[in-house]
Amino acid sequence: MAEVMHPTHGEVHHHEPPTGWLRKYVFSLDHKVIGIQYFFLALFSVFVGMALSLLMRLQLANPGQKIAFLATLFPQAAKDGVVTPEMYLSLVTMHGTIMVFFVLTTAPQGGFGNYFLPIQIGAADMAFPLLNMLSFWTTFVALAFMIAALFCNATTLGPIGGWTGYAPLSALGNIAGPGQGIGVVLWVSSIGLFCIASLLGALNFITTMLNLRTKGMSLMRLPLTCWAWFTTAVLSLLSFPVLMAAGVLLLLDQLAGTSFFIPTGEYVSGKLLDTGQQGGSPILWQHLFWFFGHPEVYIAILPGMGLTSHVLSTFARKPVFGYKAMVYAIFAIGLLGFFVWGHHMFMSGMDPRTAIAFSLITLTIGVPSAIKTFNWLGTIWNSRMRFTTPMLFSLGFVSLFVSGGITGLFLGQSTIDIPLHDTYFPVGHFHLIMGVAAIFGIFTGTYFWFPKMFGRLMHEGLGKLHFFLTFIGVNAIFIPFHVMGMVGAPRRYSTHGDLQYLSSVMPLHKFVTYMAIITMAAQFIFLFNLFWSMAKGKKAADNPWEATTLEWDIPSPPPFDNFGGVEPVVHHGPYEFSVPGAPNDFVMQTDPMVVEGQEAE
Amino acid sequence: METTITTDLKIKTGMGAGGGKNFGDDGGGPQGADSNSSDWPPGYSPEDAIEPTKYRIAVWLGLTSIAMLFIALTSAYILRQYNGMTAAKPDWQPLHLPSALWITTAIILLSSLSFEIARRALKQNRYEKFKTWISLTTALGFLFLAGQVLAWRQLASQGIYLRSNPHSSFFYVLTGLHALHLLGGIVVLSYVLISAWRLRIGLRKRTTVEVTSLYWHFMDGLWVYLFVLLFFF
Repeated sequence: MAEVMHPTHGEVHHHEPPTGWLRKYVFSLDHKVIGIQYFFLALFSVFVGMALSLLMRLQLANPGQKIAFLATLFPQAAKDGVVTPEMYLSLVTMHGTIMVFFVLTTAPQGGFGNYFLPIQIGAADMAFPLLNMLSFWTTFVALAFMIAALFCNATTLGPIGGWTGYAPLSALGNIAGPGQGIGVVLWVSSIGLFCIASLLGALNFITTMLNLRTKGMSLMRLPLTCWAWFTTAVLSLLSFPVLMAAGVLLLLDQLAGTSFFIPTGEYVSGKLLDTGQQGGSPILWQHLFWFFGHPEVYIAILPGMGLTSHVLSTFARKPVFGYKAMVYAIFAIGLLGFFVWGHHMFMSGMDPRTAIAFSLITLTIGVPSAIKTFNWLGTIWNSRMRFTTPMLFSLGFVSLFVSGGITGLFLGQSTIDIPLHDTYFPVGHFHLIMGVAAIFGIFTGTYFWFPKMFGRLMHEGLGKLHFFLTFIGVNAIFIPFHVMGMVGAPRRYSTHGDLQYLSSVMPLHKFVTYMAIITMAAQFIFLFNLFWSMAKGKKAADNPWEATTLEWDIPSPPPFDNFGGVEPVVHHGPYEFSVPGAPNDFVMQTDPMVVEGQEAE
Repeated sequence: METTITTDLKIKTGMGAGGGKNFGDDGGGPQGADSNSSDWPPGYSPEDAIEPTKYRIAVWLGLTSIAMLFIALTSAYILRQYNGMTAAKPDWQPLHLPSALWITTAIILLSSLSFEIARRALKQNRYEKFKTWISLTTALGFLFLAGQVLAWRQLASQGIYLRSNPHSSFFYVLTGLHALHLLGGIVVLSYVLISAWRLRIGLRKRTTVEVTSLYWHFMDGLWVYLFVLLFFF
């Protein structure tokens, strides 16, 4: 066996953890602590985002009715207990932005990726621990800016331009509405900081995976989670700079009076603007934004895909069906994701031939997505599944990915997209596939890795209750959205109650709001289970799920330097379940076991 | 169902096996030791300990993302230029090239050259030569930034500011962002320089010199690209 001589190979080279409280828990360089910090940052954000959506649902289900506590909470924004249209738009904006950036981007990659990528490849930490800490704290400051934007004026809860911040309304300042001045400045600064943090993180992830794999961990022995985090990091590295460029130009339009995005002769609220800014292109903002925005969708969902493959295989006790196809499908999705941004802009006056090109490439993404879906089904086919909570959530992920993905085929075609555009149909579509599916990925990760992260098991009964309520709940919320969309219910309206042709959807709105309240209540079961199990859960063994990858080789929770200074040696692929002739139905990656016809290394 | 197992793969050492194990200190190596030092165990090359690979990968990745930033701005530039020149009321007024920029272009090209000489001198362990040329490079870096400021002042004296017209907006944005990135390089270079004057060019700092030169050449090329884009495109 050819091997580079290395004085530390095989020797115990143990590192002592820092002892100060600040270095240990706050400004820690340990990737595990940073992962948990990211996880809790996302947990905080998801409840903020959820509270905002509750306000929207209350408003939509009760057009014109006065809700007393709203008037108390927001004496100006919801005078008399009715949410004003401006306030409603700010809820839409902040719900979207917080959820996309600080939950869907942060938890799967920053949280679980940080915690488990180094362990799964057999490293003691990330390649650049200091950079890792910096990216977390930059994200933290970005979140502080975003939260500050909520309080930037009394009549709204932040800017009112939507999470896409379309120019020119986002570039004009207060003339364009409450919250569009200092609110947008805070909002776009927060996103700029988030870009920097994500870039530092992405750089660290890629370097770590390329450079720090342990002995025997060849590329095709990596767990699929690692491939997903890697591809996600590549997407971040290439797409966040573009958002950064757009953000810089937008900020200058706002503050310095340039006109990158501000066209000539604009009427805002019936008044002709005379700011001296002219000639800019609002479409330019859309191009730059969506060149980032579409890969962002995959940044949110890919880690969930990798984890789903991982968990399905573990609890079906079968190898992943078509491991290599899964890896290449992740690459294909990542690559194609960069050439489809135009499908968000069919309404922008785009040349129909361009639209056809974007449509075609968009539908092509269906191919690798179908490869993944069929391979998931192939993995669980004919298996004796163990229906644990993480398994249920990854089955839920597959289900949501399919039901959300199907409508992608509708919206990817410009002819269908144009009538459905700006209705509840796309809202239902992206909530299922990008929102809830990615959230299910996060839940899968939480239930699956909780024993490793905190050394205790989460309560299975509560977990299953949480799953069933959430799964039924989200479908009951978002499937009606498609129906409303087909009826023509426009999104971003604070009420449909005064539109005669939409009187038929009002009962649906009420139903959805009830379902939303039930689903939100179910999340408190999760929250309780999480904190209760941290303190009082049953002690977890090192490998409670009988899984194969490296993180299950070490104590729960792992020691400070993961492998106690010893470099693990990998002899097997990541998904060797039910191997004929093996004594157990799973073969750990580190097992130096002799299997029939195989020589031990 | 027949299940196959995948243990037939040859054990392969990861590119940087053992890398980054020295938690918190970015790879080891005796401080101040040079490559001929006998501190190293036999069969063990100092190259292994300083893991230049991970820094090289990281710098390439960083450059990729910087390239994406400027590609995005370039596409915005081209589109805005087209709009601004073909509109009913054209608002794109091409700037007169400030003369200072010819000088700064020459300076940054020279700085790349001197960095290269310094880097090679270090490889041959010629410290005095390295010190001279790395100092020169740093000085040229500062000089370049001073020249850029001079160019901005030249424009300002003509009454051309950030918001004057789209070309001037892009000029300030692109040169400003480039200067900001170059400043990052200068900060690292100054750190190397201080170490060099205190005779502390250990192995890790050699890697720093190596990857900073990569970054520096990129910034040089980027400037030439921006110069052409802004004034000759």
